[in-house]
Amino acid sequence: MKKRLAGFILLTLVALGSNGLLAQSGGELHFCLRSEPKTLNPLLAADDASETIRYLTGGVLVRVNRLTQDVEPGIASSWKISNGGKTITFDLRDGLRFSDGTPFSADDVAFTMQQLMDPALHSPTGDAFRSSDGKVATEVLPKNRIRITFPAPIAGLDRLFDQVAIMSSKSPQKEMAVLGPYYIWENKAGAYLTLKRNPNYWEKDPAGRPLPYIDSVRLDIQQNRDIETLRLTRGEIHFINSLDAEYFDKIAAQDPSMAHDAGPSLDSEEMWFNQVASSPLPPYKKQWFASTNFRRAISEAINREDMARIVFHGHARPAVGAVSPANKFWFNAKLQAHPFDQKSALQRLSEDGFHMQDGVLHDHEGHAVEFSVITNAGNKYRERMATMIQQDLSGIGIKLNVVTLDFPSLIERITRTYDYEACLLGLVNDELDPNAQMTIWLSSAESHQWNPSQKTPATAWEAEIDKLMRAQAATLELKKRKEDFDKVQEIAWQEEPFIYLVNKNALSAVSPALHNAHPVVLRPQVYWNIDQLSLTSEVAGNR
Amino acid sequence: MKWTRKVAIAFLLFVCVACLLANFIAPASYARQFRDEPNASPSRQHLLGTDDLGRDRFSRVLYGTRVSLLLAPAAALLSSLLAAFVGGIAGFAGGWVDRCVMAATDLFLSLPWLFLLITVRALLPLNVSPIISVLITFAMLGCLGWAGAARIICADARAFAQSDFILLARASGSDGFRLLWRHLVPNLKPVLYAQFWISVPVFILTEANLGILGLGVAEPLPSWGSLLRELEGFSTLSGQRWQLVPLILFILVVSCFHLVLTKEELPV
Amino acid sequence: MDVISALLKLGAKIMIVVLLGGFLGATLVRLAPGFGVDEQELDARLNAQSIQALREAHASDDHLSSFYFGYLNRLLHGDLGTSRTLQRPVAQLVAERLPETLKSVGLGLALGWSAGFLLAAAVVMSRAWYLDLLGSLLAGILLCLPAAVLALLFVLAQAPARLLLGFVVFPKIFRYSRNLLSRSSALPHVLTARAKGLGNMRVLVWHVLPPAAPQLLALLGVTVSVAFTAAIPIEALCDIPGIGQLAWKAALGRDVALLVNLTMIVTLVTLVANSASDVMGKTFRLGAA
Repeated sequence: MKKRLAGFILLTLVALGSNGLLAQSGGELHFCLRSEPKTLNPLLAADDASETIRYLTGGVLVRVNRLTQDVEPGIASSWKISNGGKTITFDLRDGLRFSDGTPFSADDVAFTMQQLMDPALHSPTGDAFRSSDGKVATEVLPKNRIRITFPAPIAGLDRLFDQVAIMSSKSPQKEMAVLGPYYIWENKAGAYLTLKRNPNYWEKDPAGRPLPYIDSVRLDIQQNRDIETLRLTRGEIHFINSLDAEYFDKIAAQDPSMAHDAGPSLDSEEMWFNQVASSPLPPYKKQWFASTNFRRAISEAINREDMARIVFHGHARPAVGAVSPANKFWFNAKLQAHPFDQKSALQRLSEDGFHMQDGVLHDHEGHAVEFSVITNAGNKYRERMATMIQQDLSGIGIKLNVVTLDFPSLIERITRTYDYEACLLGLVNDELDPNAQMTIWLSSAESHQWNPSQKTPATAWEAEIDKLMRAQAATLELKKRKEDFDKVQEIAWQEEPFIYLVNKNALSAVSPALHNAHPVVLRPQVYWNIDQLSLTSEVAGNR
Repeated sequence: MKWTRKVAIAFLLFVCVACLLANFIAPASYARQFRDEPNASPSRQHLLGTDDLGRDRFSRVLYGTRVSLLLAPAAALLSSLLAAFVGGIAGFAGGWVDRCVMAATDLFLSLPWLFLLITVRALLPLNVSPIISVLITFAMLGCLGWAGAARIICADARAFAQSDFILLARASGSDGFRLLWRHLVPNLKPVLYAQFWISVPVFILTEANLGILGLGVAEPLPSWGSLLRELEGFSTLSGQRWQLVPLILFILVVSCFHLVLTKEELPV
Repeated sequence: MDVISALLKLGAKIMIVVLLGGFLGATLVRLAPGFGVDEQELDARLNAQSIQALREAHASDDHLSSFYFGYLNRLLHGDLGTSRTLQRPVAQLVAERLPETLKSVGLGLALGWSAGFLLAAAVVMSRAWYLDLLGSLLAGILLCLPAAVLALLFVLAQAPARLLLGFVVFPKIFRYSRNLLSRSSALPHVLTARAKGLGNMRVLVWHVLPPAAPQLLALLGVTVSVAFTAAIPIEALCDIPGIGQLAWKAALGRDVALLVNLTMIVTLVTLVANSASDVMGKTFRLGAA
């Protein structure tokens, strides 16, 4: 009887804690930004720091719950997609006010959409809505509703509004008047930003207490990750949102409860060969890189397991393809990571006329196989990966030169001059929907890294991918979209324009002083539920 | 202090011989990755343990010493000679020559030479061998590192230009290059040796820092700079003491340079 | 009148060299690879038009001479341009951050000179070999320690990061000062002064320092420039919001407007410091004569 009572009390406490009834109000949350925000205009936020500020201050119509990955109501209490995916109608909550007291209405949503879709703005958030040419129409409806119509259907339309922070059309503070949980109180350039609780924030906890629980947030600009880790262990900051593997192990060794590994993230590390016909490479190298056998052989010669174990300390897994297994719905579960098999690699190469001579691989014209891979200097994980690939390829007689370049030089080579042979970079993926990868897979697009901006597809398989990507974008039927995108993944797996290497795990660290933090895979990993986080009573009382 | 100088010379010779015989002494190639033993502690097989990628640290120290010990002093010598040339001529000539050259030196000190280094790297073919790349890097450091010392040498040369022994030398018929080389340069030695001694570690560390921009030594070739970059992590300072061996070796070699040069620097 | 004329000439010289420095700095940036590219071009969310717009936004800086003359024209109206990487007026950025760097450089030089010069003087006047060895060992260790390791040690010790610059300039100051004072202390008049029984302090101040003063003053000028250069990696490592950190960000982003201004500031500081040391050095020589 006593045991049952104790168990009941414990469960009740957990439930109350997660519902915030026991959450302590007050205090100041501290964490670090890796760089200064480039802009405080939420429509132009493109870098990590600016997107953090947007997340903390911006009120959005709908919010993707980072834990469940479902779309939930935000400022809009409900919504409906119609007209074949071209129109979305939102029912807005009544009586909301911006942080400066300005009343919120559907006119503000219309104003925000007009600003966002202004072609002169070139907003990355806005471009995600641009499925085709044509104007976006907004119509303010009675009873605080708004209808937005796009020129063409957009798959996954509602999810895109998670990134659109609504701005006031009337407030003299312009973008500084916000609907989110916090507003910017102080901005000391290059040093820190302080955000304070928005007194007009609409959200309340189940007990009716106004959210957020924490009074203020201080974001220090801290680029040095060693110092950031040290500050966490000293209790000067409350969490690190995105942690590198070696720091994760260090923190886990000190206090395992602080270190959180949410499993594979959506991000991947990959390598690709330059297949641009007009690049200044010798013709025999262009021939190598254009060969599927060559690319598959290189892929099979790389030991991904070792890479995940050594470079990422086991906090990564061999990548299968374009989509991480963390993306449960869209990941093609039939595909497996290419195995490490140097014999098979040599077999494939021999099919293309390559042969070994005194331990060095030669092509059918007698050229020794030697090429370079560029990657961004200063990223020690990529430098180590490149060095490991160098050793792996030496096992099949290939000489790989690792060239680290500063980022602007690297970007110039891969987007302008095409003066490179292979490139090792990572893909940062915030979106689950494959539409977010349109500009990577379409052969005419700029981000089609191995051979961008093609007037017509250079190969039959690229033409097939173009067709499949357009087809999946034009329908709302999830099953059909999934089938089409699975085929895209299969083609990519087969042809390997990108040699996918590893999917890194989403690692973070959270101080015991912070409550209700549930680190997840989607960004922002730790503070996705910022309005429900709370600090321990000692910490809350002291600050 | 004679015995300390002898010990220093002996140590430097030992290090030089060891790194020249690296092919015979090193237990493994500097590039070979023992992937089952990353970050291993010292053992019989790996005297200084292994690095992040499982490469034998002792082998990498031997080969890295070869690169840095050869190239950094060469670059330091180049920068010292350039400083002597520019500063010496400016200070000795005086007048508008001095003013123009020093203004140019000040300008040289202020320019963002980083971009020249980045440009040079961009002009090199991507498949250039690591040793050529590091040779060019150190040569550039030597060509760019003279300006600070040139100013001090110029001030020194100005002072000597009016001294009695120079007047006597002129009166004896010495002029031009002979006057500079036989009478001025020997008196500039204290500053030149100081410049040389400071430049060696500065260039080694600069080469390491240039790695952040893609310059310096390319993988898998080691250098002291790349070995010292291993220390730039929080985990190193709290854990694996054997990772400090390259730093200790570096400090010992620089200190030995000091002891060897001390006699030459001081006139008495 | 002579003094005014000399000052005017000096001022003119400084201005010409500063303007030349700005132009050469802009040239180096313009010719460097990666100029005109934006990291945002790799953002997969952007469509072709947006990427094109990004590229065109950089095109205005493409023509070096038109950029520089346009910049000079704006400079005459007090407009230093806008930073592309931070999207803020350069004048505002410099006004916010220059005091931070001046604090760091000031503290660093004060620490470096106090420790370096005093130790060098002690070594030379005491003629104690163990003190020389200790000083040289300390200077050697500090020269060999990477700035990133020093920064980490400072953080671990919770020491103010601003003092780091002092540790960076100390070895150079110690080494040069020691050699200059040693040479000076071996001069005949110093030996005579010692033989006459003068105390160490008197010998140092009146007999050893004056012959080495011009060179020491030149060293002072040079260390100002060295300190400003060293501020760049230190501020970047320790996240001190000074112009060094700004210069690093500007370099990585090829932000020509910011870099030209920062180059001119550094050139100005270097010229003023070195000119001042030259003038003081000449004064010393004239006084000695």
